[in-house]
Amino acid sequence: MAGSTLASPTVSAGAATVVRAKRISPGLEAWRRFRRHRLAVASVFILGFMILAVAVGPLVWQVPINEIDFTARLAGPSLAHPLGTDDLGQDLLARMLYGGRISLAVGLAAMAAAIFVGVVIGAIAGISRGSVDAGLMWLTDLFLALPQLPLLLLIIYLFRDSLKELVGPEMGVFILIVVVIAGFRWMPVARLVRAQFFSLREKEFVEAARALGASTSRQVVRHILPNSLGPVIVAGTIDVAAAIIAESTLSFLGLGFPPDIPTWGRLLFDAKDYLDFAPHWALIPGAAIFLAVLTINFIGDGLRDALDPRKVL
Amino acid sequence: MSATGTGERLLDIRGLKTHFKTDDGWVHAVDGVDIALDAGETLGVVGESGCGKTITAMSTLKLIPMPPGRIVAGQILWRGRDIVPLTSDEMRSIRAKEIAIVFQEPMTSLNPVYTVGDQIGEVIRQHEGLNKKQTLDRTIEMLRLVHIPNPERRVNDYPHQFSGGMRQRVMIAMALSCNPKLLIADEPTTALDVTIQAQILELLAEMKSKLGMAVMLITHAMGVVAETCQRVVVMYAGKVVEEAPVRELFRNPRHPYTQGLIRSIPRIDLAAVKKTRLEAIGGVVPRLIDPAPGCRFAARCRFAKGICSEATPELREVAPGHKVACVLA
Repeated sequence: MAGSTLASPTVSAGAATVVRAKRISPGLEAWRRFRRHRLAVASVFILGFMILAVAVGPLVWQVPINEIDFTARLAGPSLAHPLGTDDLGQDLLARMLYGGRISLAVGLAAMAAAIFVGVVIGAIAGISRGSVDAGLMWLTDLFLALPQLPLLLLIIYLFRDSLKELVGPEMGVFILIVVVIAGFRWMPVARLVRAQFFSLREKEFVEAARALGASTSRQVVRHILPNSLGPVIVAGTIDVAAAIIAESTLSFLGLGFPPDIPTWGRLLFDAKDYLDFAPHWALIPGAAIFLAVLTINFIGDGLRDALDPRKVL
Repeated sequence: MSATGTGERLLDIRGLKTHFKTDDGWVHAVDGVDIALDAGETLGVVGESGCGKTITAMSTLKLIPMPPGRIVAGQILWRGRDIVPLTSDEMRSIRAKEIAIVFQEPMTSLNPVYTVGDQIGEVIRQHEGLNKKQTLDRTIEMLRLVHIPNPERRVNDYPHQFSGGMRQRVMIAMALSCNPKLLIADEPTTALDVTIQAQILELLAEMKSKLGMAVMLITHAMGVVAETCQRVVVMYAGKVVEEAPVRELFRNPRHPYTQGLIRSIPRIDLAAVKKTRLEAIGGVVPRLIDPAPGCRFAARCRFAKGICSEATPELREVAPGHKVACVLA
């Protein structure tokens, strides 16, 4: 580095004279790598735009989501209704913006919850041998084998009303749906993490850390977990898609948000009977889900590469 | 040169037996090993693959995976205190701070997702309780000590940016960062090419003279032992078969196995004048599952007699500091 004097190779701790090279922080380094991933960068902008749109859009586009106008039923895009209308003449742009908030929030929150539960269970199973591991894997298999739909019905009937009273109707349903979706999506993550742990915990660098006095929790948190996150990030991004779609299924069954709340999944299901006359009605929420899922996947891909220092880009 | 080092008795392994459970039965990987080591001493432990060298070292740090492994008998006295019954928490404060280890595989012994500075710093911070700045200074100092050029810059590099020899230097820096009293080097040069091997051995010798720790050098190369150690323990099939000061061992090997090992060192000076084949010890290491009584080397020994397979020979002193476990020696 310019201007630095070469420190003499002495052993003394005369650290005051040591001129340190400018350090590139790991965060900056990761961003540098991420930038090389064009699709991921584009995805950040697209997803960012979508999030911004659903966050501030309803404040700008102030058409009510439930204003019925039978003179403009199933109309295609026009100036008055940029994305057209549905069978009741309700403005689709307003409904898309409003519903997007819920769909994206449900997708992201469910992903976070599923990854969290999956990583914790997988990590505990992966680091402990014997009965703890076996027990947790039985639990995982049990969840995989459960018939999901009947159980969903049961859980929602049991807890919907009490939660509604506790935190309000929309928040109550939101929490319930996130918990339910996460509860049925964490198993693949847990298995993935456990498998990663099995191979990583035998690696020499973990042994070396142990030999130099690292406790079990430190080995897990610092040495094994960061090395196992690559596949988890990718699996997590797929979970977002699954969560958005699962939410629509629940809405369709009348178990999700009330029918008058137009989540993207709900819009799709409502539109399916009119595919012949008004394809735009189905295409728009479909495209939104598609774009959200795709961009999150690309971002996950880019993140995985950016966070892996071995990758030379 | 006498057999003992300069100071107090650091490590005293007495009758150590480490066995492993397998589907076929218990493998007697280490079966009654006695090794003693004084402060400031360099001890070589030699033997072929699978003779129990590494398991002995790992037992000393209690790094044996249990299960399937088990220390079934014996004591490991570290400065007079038996560490076999210690809990893992108590062991953690001994590792790195008192006994440190360098492994064979420098290419995979570093965590690929952290900079080398982070990894050395982690060990330092954990054991020494220094703050961030002090830790960084100490880390750079350690890297400079093991002759990594430009340590202020290299401290922020990731392991994949280092060559094998450099990584082994980093591992040594990491192991020595808390001033351990004993460094166990488990085949530190096996995975490196020959010129780098010499550099690493030189570095170990230099570190020893600067920092004054004792070194237990585990290797299967007799040449390495001759160059670096003061005393040598030869292991075969989980047992110590011979122990002697290094000169005595090379000049006057008593055990047929040691003799075979020394004869099987390639000699470039002899090869140039006489066209002789390199000597090898015939046969293979015996299975260590429920081994039969008697000398374990008997099946491969050219001097074996009937008595050899009857009773297990005990280590006995044949000259000052020179012990052999052979009835014929």
